[in-house]
Amino acid sequence: MKNIATFFLTVILPVLIITVILRDASRDNTLLEDLREEFSIPHIPSVDHSKHAELQRDFDNPHEITATCLSCHTERGNEVIANAHWNWEREAYIEGRGVTYLGKKNLINNFCTGILSNEATCNRCHIGYGWSDDSFDHSNQNNIDCLICHDNSGLYDKARGGAGYPVPGLDLQTIVQQVGRPQKDNCGYCHFYGGGGNNVKHGDLENALLTASWEVDVHMSAENTHLECIDCHQTTNHQMLGRYYGVSSENTQRATCENCHTSLPHINNKLNEHTVKVACQTCHIPVYAKVNPTKMHWDWSTATDRLEGEPYEVLDTLGNLLYTSIKGDFHWRQNAVPDYVWFNGTADHHLISDIIGAEDSVIYINTLFGDAHDPDSRIHPVKIHTGKQPYDTEHRTIIQAKLWDAQEGTGALWIDLDWDEALQAGMDYVGMPFSGQYDFIDSKMFLLVNHMVSPADQALSCEDCHTRTGGRLQNIEGIYIPAQTTYAAIDYFGVFLLLFSFAGIVIHATMRYLAARKTKE
Amino acid sequence: MKIYLYSRYERFWHWTQAFLILFLALTGFEIHGSYRFFGFENAVYLHNNAAWVLIVLIIFTIFWHFTTGEWRQYLPTTKNLKAQIDYYVTGIFRNAPHPTKKSLISKLNPMQRLVYLGLKILFIPVMVLSGLLYMFYRYPIHGRIESLGFDDLTTIAYIHTLGAYILLAFVLVHVYLITTGHTLTSNLKAMITGWEELDEEEPEQTKNDE
Repeated sequence: MKNIATFFLTVILPVLIITVILRDASRDNTLLEDLREEFSIPHIPSVDHSKHAELQRDFDNPHEITATCLSCHTERGNEVIANAHWNWEREAYIEGRGVTYLGKKNLINNFCTGILSNEATCNRCHIGYGWSDDSFDHSNQNNIDCLICHDNSGLYDKARGGAGYPVPGLDLQTIVQQVGRPQKDNCGYCHFYGGGGNNVKHGDLENALLTASWEVDVHMSAENTHLECIDCHQTTNHQMLGRYYGVSSENTQRATCENCHTSLPHINNKLNEHTVKVACQTCHIPVYAKVNPTKMHWDWSTATDRLEGEPYEVLDTLGNLLYTSIKGDFHWRQNAVPDYVWFNGTADHHLISDIIGAEDSVIYINTLFGDAHDPDSRIHPVKIHTGKQPYDTEHRTIIQAKLWDAQEGTGALWIDLDWDEALQAGMDYVGMPFSGQYDFIDSKMFLLVNHMVSPADQALSCEDCHTRTGGRLQNIEGIYIPAQTTYAAIDYFGVFLLLFSFAGIVIHATMRYLAARKTKE
Repeated sequence: MKIYLYSRYERFWHWTQAFLILFLALTGFEIHGSYRFFGFENAVYLHNNAAWVLIVLIIFTIFWHFTTGEWRQYLPTTKNLKAQIDYYVTGIFRNAPHPTKKSLISKLNPMQRLVYLGLKILFIPVMVLSGLLYMFYRYPIHGRIESLGFDDLTTIAYIHTLGAYILLAFVLVHVYLITTGHTLTSNLKAMITGWEELDEEEPEQTKNDE
């Protein structure tokens, strides 16, 4: 007994202790503390624009403001007009298509379907003045709207249907004297309201970010971190990091979590190994549309209905629009669980000129490339927005409808409520043939969920994916996920082997028992 | 007749390994998704740490085998192999004597020699290797995650799971076969105390187990 105790104390116990210590040797997560310190330093502007002599005056029109800005910031205009925020298109190589020039300028989607023929209202969100149709001069730097991004007074506002011009009657002198670094509400002025209202399009970008709690967004939380959009979407010479794959195609210039957090952000190395195949967002954004609902489905086919001759609207009890005669039916969702897809940073888009195959029952507005065996691919959370939108049944192309105009009788759907006219006017504007025959086709659009990161203690836990059934990644193919993935043949063989062994034991034991009884007799 | 068959270390090794294998099976099949008991995260933690303990135990035991010469117990032989099989298939029901006499220099019958040798040079190494690959097919180093060239876990996990079923079936049959000694519990007692009661020289005088 004494020897056993000695052996245990001198050999086994030290070995156990060493083993456990080695296994759990951890490093402190000083990275997060460093980041907190770095981003707690407030930005101190080098210039007080209210002291500039050039700005002590009234401005007759916004172009004069731009000219005044450029009189000092002489090279910034060149930067801006080379920018995707200005051009709404980028040169991009797409596998299967080659070099393309695509962007919001010419792509379709399954929300308002596209800007073409609707520029005067859509392009309220352009960083320029006067893009009301395809005659807009992208080379004239005085068309740049500096204020929409740089107004820090909170007073600046662009007019509805004004093609990017400001609301008449603004106190422009006060506004120009308070310009500075872009803040949340500058970016949010457009990016929170995509699709025609707060949080409609993205689900993870909305005005709740202006007053977000720690639970809603650990980065922009008004309670402690206070990050601005451009802290992550870092900008050099007006070129920003960040990609929205509704309009982007290439795996370049992306704003990434790793940029600050590195690719080994966890203390637990088992979690770090996940970063090879799983994007940070997958675990750290367990739900989107946390504060306000986002649109999940838009059915255009029911639009133009009238009640007693008049257009009408149907709201749910929370005030969400469920139906409107000008747009059709909507579905909304709050605290939505994302779908998950492989994504390698490249995407394709359904172009308005693309032919819809005879057997295609659904069109993919955008296609996120990637698969399990592609080393650049990781599993990302997405919002899938489904739509039902008009297409030409003869020419088998998606149709760009004309939705808006300042006056009646031009074919604008939202004014005249006539599909035939709206489709004809839209396609005439685009310069594509319209057969007059149309129907509505299902469409899917994939929007990556990147924002509104939850606190670490609310991230997904192991069992959210590592479970036999109903895991978050149950539709992810091509990768072995412990607990979820099984190979039926091995389990059948294993269970058979155990049952076979057990049966053999029972039979053998019974025979021994009977034989022994017989011997006894 | 009683002989001292199993030394202290041998018994310590046997029972620690038995416990670890059962514990690894319990946590392992939870990781496999067969049931929920500890919770996945805990199961992984416990499984990995138990695996390290088992590896340390195996290293010690390899050392023990060579320093004591006990490794010779596992040298395979076909002598008496058929007799041993015949005993399990027919002899045992006729109360025939054990065809192999246990002694200090030959503790194992020819079937045991083959099966245990198989465990030692095939199944345990395959489980340890596939387990280590499961842990380290990707590993963090110098601020990056390096890979051992495996695309994903599929092959490693399939081998590890298959091995687990086979080991579990071995344990099941093993636990049954220890009841076939001189008495139902003489083998069990031997592995606990070291002393094993063996058949008398004259088999017809063997005490009836029942």
